[in-house]
Amino acid sequence: MTLSLSKDTIQVLKEQDVVFLKNRVKETAVKIKMGLVNQTRLLTACSELVRNMMRYANGGACVIEVVSSGRNNGVRLTFSDKGPGIPDISAAMQDGFSTGKSLGLGLPGTKRLVNEFDLKSKVGEGTVITIIKWANG
Amino acid sequence: MLQKKKKNILELWMKNQLADEGLREDLISNDELRSQSEELITALVGNLSGENFTDLESDEWSPVIEILGGIAITRARQGFSPRETGNFVFSLKEALLEVLQQEITDDPKTLFQESLKINRLMDNLSVVTFETFIKGREEVILRQTDEITEISTPVIRVWDGILALPIIGTLDSARTQIVMENLLQEIVETGSSIAILDISGVPAVDSLVAQHLIKTVSATRLMGAECIISGIRPEIAQTVVHLGIDLSNIITKATLASALAYSFKVMRLEVKKLNTVSKF
Repeated sequence: MTLSLSKDTIQVLKEQDVVFLKNRVKETAVKIKMGLVNQTRLLTACSELVRNMMRYANGGACVIEVVSSGRNNGVRLTFSDKGPGIPDISAAMQDGFSTGKSLGLGLPGTKRLVNEFDLKSKVGEGTVITIIKWANG
Repeated sequence: MLQKKKKNILELWMKNQLADEGLREDLISNDELRSQSEELITALVGNLSGENFTDLESDEWSPVIEILGGIAITRARQGFSPRETGNFVFSLKEALLEVLQQEITDDPKTLFQESLKINRLMDNLSVVTFETFIKGREEVILRQTDEITEISTPVIRVWDGILALPIIGTLDSARTQIVMENLLQEIVETGSSIAILDISGVPAVDSLVAQHLIKTVSATRLMGAECIISGIRPEIAQTVVHLGIDLSNIITKATLASALAYSFKVMRLEVKKLNTVSKF
């Protein structure tokens, strides 16, 4: 059972919002005493997803939550956009697959960086990605 | 009627402004304030006619708006607060209303209607002032952003033939372009054979940043120089491995010092402690 303790929604539409979002995520991670390595992992994952959002969907929104499950505290980030959606999710989750000219490590890499990863996408409607990083996970 | 009372209005307005506690004598002198106010009132009264009172779109108003905009922008640059700039216009409104009150003493109905008109007019003018004020502020911010990108990518010549480039902050496409240009240019100019990219100041390395780094390294190699990436912190190393980014064909070092030591080795240079044997 995962409980949400605090909630914060940030709209990401411009390049400047990305830095603001990352700072907020970092603040949240520091607040729940997440270790430096996990902080960096969460921040990198957030950076990957927000870049995808900016690049393929022209921006969207990110919800930052502090979640608690048992004795574990963590940060949950929900990225939602109204972009074109991902036609083939299993291909997108493979290393080296990219429709743009990037390395193709964003989505599979992010999954390796966080504890929980959930991707829902409908072509033409948009994509919602939820990740959780536990403070000591 | 207002034309006749111009002098009167100006005096009242100046009095109001000078009486205001928030008067910034450090930013603007009284004479300057007076000339600004006089210019605005002259334009305002000169262009005032019965029918264009509420229609700010009409051409007659454009000189007034221009003057007001000019004042707002200068104030934004000089560092006035929005409240102080707003008060400049609001105190004019008060002066106008006061004069009106003195003039029309016998007919409350006309007084009310005229006051309403002036209110509406001055509110519109304040909105214009604010829009321009904010625009002025935004220009200041934009200029600062440009300055930051300009100063944040220096190329340092640490030794004959060795360049160092400390990167601070997030690497995006635009910055990578600047970094690469500066670096390649400097390599040509100094004939350096080793370039050290120090990423101690980069908070997180994601796949895009890594891709930009790889591109910069390949470009440097094409120029015949070797590129070393230094300043990789432990948490960054772990993240890069988890992401699955392959940096194995790039020379990486944990600190700038070890990168420099490596470069000395490659260039067959040696740094020695002097044998300080005293001869006395």
